[in-house]
Amino acid sequence: MKMNSEAWNGFEAGQWMRDINTRDFIQHNYTPYEGDDEFLAGPTQNTKDLWQMVMELSKKERENGGVVDMDTKVVSTLTSHGPGYLDKSKETIVGFQTDKPFKRGMNVYGGIRMAVKACEDNGYTVDPEIVEFFTTHRKTHNAGVFDVYDPEIRRCRTNHIITGLPDAYGRGRIIGDYRRVALYGTDYLIEDKKAQKESFGTIYTDDVIRGKEEISEQIRSLQGLAKMAESYGCDISKPAKNVQEAIQAVYFGYLGAVKEQNGAAMSLGRTATFLDIYAERDLANGTFTEEQIQEFIDHFIMKLRCVKFARTPDYNAIFAGDPVWVTESLGGMGVDGRTLVSKMSFRYLNTLNNLGAAPEPNLTVLWSNRLPVGWKKFCAKMSIKSSSIQYENDELMRPIHGDDYGIACCVSSMRIGKDMQFFGARANLAKCLLYAINGGVDECSKVQVGPKYRPITSEYLDYDEVIEKYKDMLKWLAGVYVSALNIIHYMHDKYAYEKIQMALHDRDVKRYFATGIAGLSCVADSLSAIKYAKVKTVRDENGIVVSYETEGDFPKYGNNDDRVDSIAVELVTFFMNELRTHHVYRNGVPSMSVLTITSNVTYGKNTGDTPCGRKHGQPLAPGANPMHGRDSHGAVASLSSVAKLPYKDAQDGISNTFTIIPNALGKDTVIAGDL
Amino acid sequence: MKGYVHSIETFGTVDGPGTRYVVFVQGCPMRCKYCHNPDTWQPNIGEMKDTDEILKDYDSYKEFYGNGGGLTITGGEPLLQIDFITELYEKAKAKGIHTCLDTSGIVFDENNQSLMEKFDRLIQSVDLVLLDIKHIDPEQHKELTSQPNDQILAFARYLDKKNVTVWIRHVVVPGITYNEEYLTKLGEFLGTLNNIKALDILPYHTMGVVKYENLGLSYPLKDVEALSTEDGHAAREIIRKAYHRVKGD
Repeated sequence: MKMNSEAWNGFEAGQWMRDINTRDFIQHNYTPYEGDDEFLAGPTQNTKDLWQMVMELSKKERENGGVVDMDTKVVSTLTSHGPGYLDKSKETIVGFQTDKPFKRGMNVYGGIRMAVKACEDNGYTVDPEIVEFFTTHRKTHNAGVFDVYDPEIRRCRTNHIITGLPDAYGRGRIIGDYRRVALYGTDYLIEDKKAQKESFGTIYTDDVIRGKEEISEQIRSLQGLAKMAESYGCDISKPAKNVQEAIQAVYFGYLGAVKEQNGAAMSLGRTATFLDIYAERDLANGTFTEEQIQEFIDHFIMKLRCVKFARTPDYNAIFAGDPVWVTESLGGMGVDGRTLVSKMSFRYLNTLNNLGAAPEPNLTVLWSNRLPVGWKKFCAKMSIKSSSIQYENDELMRPIHGDDYGIACCVSSMRIGKDMQFFGARANLAKCLLYAINGGVDECSKVQVGPKYRPITSEYLDYDEVIEKYKDMLKWLAGVYVSALNIIHYMHDKYAYEKIQMALHDRDVKRYFATGIAGLSCVADSLSAIKYAKVKTVRDENGIVVSYETEGDFPKYGNNDDRVDSIAVELVTFFMNELRTHHVYRNGVPSMSVLTITSNVTYGKNTGDTPCGRKHGQPLAPGANPMHGRDSHGAVASLSSVAKLPYKDAQDGISNTFTIIPNALGKDTVIAGDL
Repeated sequence: MKGYVHSIETFGTVDGPGTRYVVFVQGCPMRCKYCHNPDTWQPNIGEMKDTDEILKDYDSYKEFYGNGGGLTITGGEPLLQIDFITELYEKAKAKGIHTCLDTSGIVFDENNQSLMEKFDRLIQSVDLVLLDIKHIDPEQHKELTSQPNDQILAFARYLDKKNVTVWIRHVVVPGITYNEEYLTKLGEFLGTLNNIKALDILPYHTMGVVKYENLGLSYPLKDVEALSTEDGHAAREIIRKAYHRVKGD
């Protein structure tokens, strides 16, 4: 494709002018920044005024019990609503999901039932005509899934051995390359998509038919996106001419995604250093001052903080809040050794000064020990000040993805515009161990959920016997889990396809088929107890083991003790390898996470007594954390246990939730220091 | 050689510079009223650990301690097991590990020739001593800790003579050591020494109370409130002033 634009004057040419290739543009044009935070500008009066309005709306939202306003009549699409503003005269970056800030849009394609419930639980009623239409005339993802689910999958679901499946809501975890909108404009993107559509040839296999249909949808969504921008008086059909237009175009791309999808995580990508290229050019040309550029970024971030979805209180309970996971990945190192930290990386973090701390957007620093000192110091300073920054290991992810990847949700890494993920919730491995002991009978409901394998009948548990049966049960679980996800993603593609997000991807994307596990430390400790202590079974009147008596001590995960840590490592690899044996939808690449952040509490409620001594109802540990209070050798030992888990078998991410009181991190220099 | 170890903390950030591997050893002859580790008092109990075993464990975390951190032995009173800790420090030094001793100095006895030989050997492989001076006044020291302080101050002078780097730690307790006269005296004493590199004021806190309850002991400072950070700063200034007056700067 031949592309040219006056908007590109001053940029170094490269392959990016022939193909859609954002990374190439960044590599040719960005300016690494190794200085400190001295150059940063504070908030303008307009920024303060606008933020005050947001704070007032937030207050009103809290007072109303969680929602200010919800749409009950208009199904949210790119062009469903007219423009919305806080104060048009003061906003330098514009756009809301509906025609009013804090008014939640109605997303029905994931499932009409969930949309209705989200409204009802918040005291609103969806227009009956909409309900009728999406029940009788237009099927939703949720309805499609339940047409195909078999009784076994349903039992697994209702008994909580597989939980949180995205079968009634948007799967999310897809990051559009929103930068493309700024760099190329929708006209070139549409032209490229049209060429992609023709590139399939004329042999119409299922894949080709689906591919061509999807690209047609993508083209229409890009047209819709341009129309949406037009309603705000902005032209995004052509490349952005300056940093304000570039930020606005990136935001419109993202806004399109959050109008179209109410996904479990709607992340932004890696936009800062891309936008810095425009900022550097504008600063050099005198187009804008530092204060103005910071104002644009402050207004952009403000908008991201106002993204809202219609959700049920149940959903919010699982996630302990109302998260959107607008994750932006900052910094990191390039494969050529230059840092990808730019002045814009600083400006993003500076919004925590100018607007105050907030959980969204989820500012995530890609950490490397080779990052510039000025940046490291600024990150530390802002972490101390705001407690709002997430850190992830660039050294671990860059070798796999290169240097233009981003984080979706909290830990799922993917190359921007090249990879996507089929989000797959998680399987409860702790419960699976109890199924192995009870021959597939659920310890809470007493229902035969798993296969009727021979249960363990001895009074004391024998490690070799348990582990053999556990592996059999894990094999079964992996199979039924993958089946459920195959159905889910087939239907999601069919009924709730992420048109605009996929329009901002290459034609041939790598699809990670994500899965997850919960209860890892609980199982490791339980197996350790069986191996190194004596575990006696306690049975109910029907012989089902409902509790355990553990005699003696045993090594516990979280103390850097290989005797038990190796059990956790082996489990991760075993389950991942089992998942790999199955057919997965659309040539997905199976991956696995160990990353429950808050839902471990819910899982604990639904998991009976475990051999490690944990009682029914007590929480499982979050992510790959040790069980609460069982790590007794300090943080480094605890983290060392976690660090043993093989990333190659948990590539979708391993999380460890770590809390420490400030005083335990070191001394106040006033109290301790030189005489 | 094996010693009695109470516990290991792999993420020590308050017992010496950087991030440190901290060995808490078992046993202490002092009975400081504010002690927040009464579970380390009784000697010859706890887990027996070999010096090689400890260093092997240290090695498994060494990346965390490389940047200005190292090994700290505290307790309890480490000097009660001087042979054990000397071997541990010597082996650590041989590996290039920064070594730190957190002690009250109570075991020191300048009149005991064979013990002094042990001290002479010990300090060869200790990079930094965190010396806890509980009280500068001899009578009050005895009242507070059940032990005299003459050998503790002698230990401070000994470390000065041997040119061992020392950080002074001092717990400031309302009504006991939060006293202008005593703080001044402490500063004046420190002013006579040339090896003091830092002063670490520990404002008294009440987090140890629960341990006393768990051990069935009565807590001696039941009615004493924690010291505020501001008062901690003030105490530090008093010591500093006296120190610099003696130094003549």
